[in-house]
Amino acid sequence: MTALTIAVASGKGGTGKTSVAASLALAAPSAQYIDCDVETPNGHLFLHPEIRQRGEVRMRTPQIDADSCTLCGECAQACEFNALAVTRDKVLVFAELCHGCGVCSYVCRVEGAITEVQRGIGLLEMGESARAGEAPLQFAKGTLNIGETGSVGVIKAVKQYATHDGLRVLDAPAGTACPMVETVQGVDYCLLVTEPTPFGLHDLKLAVEVVRRLGVPCGVVLNRCDIGDDRVKDYCQAEEIPLLMEIPFERGLAEAYARGIPWVEARPEYRDRFQGLVRAIQEELDS
Amino acid sequence: MSKILATSTGTELDSAIDPRFGRSAYFALIDQGTGALEAIPNPFLDAASGAGTQAAQWVLEQGVDVLVTGRCGPKAAAVLEGSGVRVIEGASGSVREAVVEVAAEP
Repeated sequence: MTALTIAVASGKGGTGKTSVAASLALAAPSAQYIDCDVETPNGHLFLHPEIRQRGEVRMRTPQIDADSCTLCGECAQACEFNALAVTRDKVLVFAELCHGCGVCSYVCRVEGAITEVQRGIGLLEMGESARAGEAPLQFAKGTLNIGETGSVGVIKAVKQYATHDGLRVLDAPAGTACPMVETVQGVDYCLLVTEPTPFGLHDLKLAVEVVRRLGVPCGVVLNRCDIGDDRVKDYCQAEEIPLLMEIPFERGLAEAYARGIPWVEARPEYRDRFQGLVRAIQEELDS
Repeated sequence: MSKILATSTGTELDSAIDPRFGRSAYFALIDQGTGALEAIPNPFLDAASGAGTQAAQWVLEQGVDVLVTGRCGPKAAAVLEGSGVRVIEGASGSVREAVVEVAAEP
């Protein structure tokens, strides 16, 4: 199998992204699971990886030299994220608002007034999950430090570790904002997990719009397919989006989830179903 | 006589105090000497982040003596700290009542 990177995303939260991503990765003979949901990573609860390597994600943040700073305010004016504020006697840096873009030191006219220092904003953890009779599943996870806002930087960093030569499954954050865009950008295929409810449909439409703009082909997994109505299916048909898998609303699946057991382990037939899902994606990409 | 800035939900003296500082709808500037009111729409209302720090810098530029609001966040407070601006938090009711209360204080 040649390398294939699939992002598992959704507009609406709580539709089953992590359940689908974990089972998808476990169903493939050789795969890597990468948790890009850095504000609330939870794939490890299902995959129980042994962490072998840790690293810090750092970002450049300005440091102001009070002696040379003239309080001209050009840095604060240029800052898109309002991370700098000029007071009567000093320039304050609100590091947690800083995106590390460097525009403040670029516009500063006073030599030595702004220097950039490295600041830790998140954690990377790499390891593997043992599998009976199979090669271990490779695992990587990014975690944004509490109180920080720079999730995109942590996602960029953890994506650097998506280097496995088999299947790479990126578990994306919910929503359609920057963190989701950063995760989905550049992948081969995007699976959109949704449910047949008005919210599920509404947010699916937003996600499809984003994924299409990124030029990434997509397909839908319909979770809890036997609740709600047919409007998600009608939408997929009208938009020619393949509906690749339907998962019923079953107590057994919910119980497995609650115990941290991936669907493919709780229910052997789901191993075949998820292997079929990978094949279906490959066919979509080949056609 | 002081220059008072109250966060306001509207443009009138009888408008209610806006409990938020950085995301307040209007900034009501009141000249205690003349009683003149100037209500300015908050220029930072739609800032994605850092509305409080921006608003606090703006307050400094206005040469305000007293700021009356519901709650001033920690970042905005850091900007105003040591600036000489007196910050009165926990205000409610109308802008007019707030101005009267400020005037009644020693």
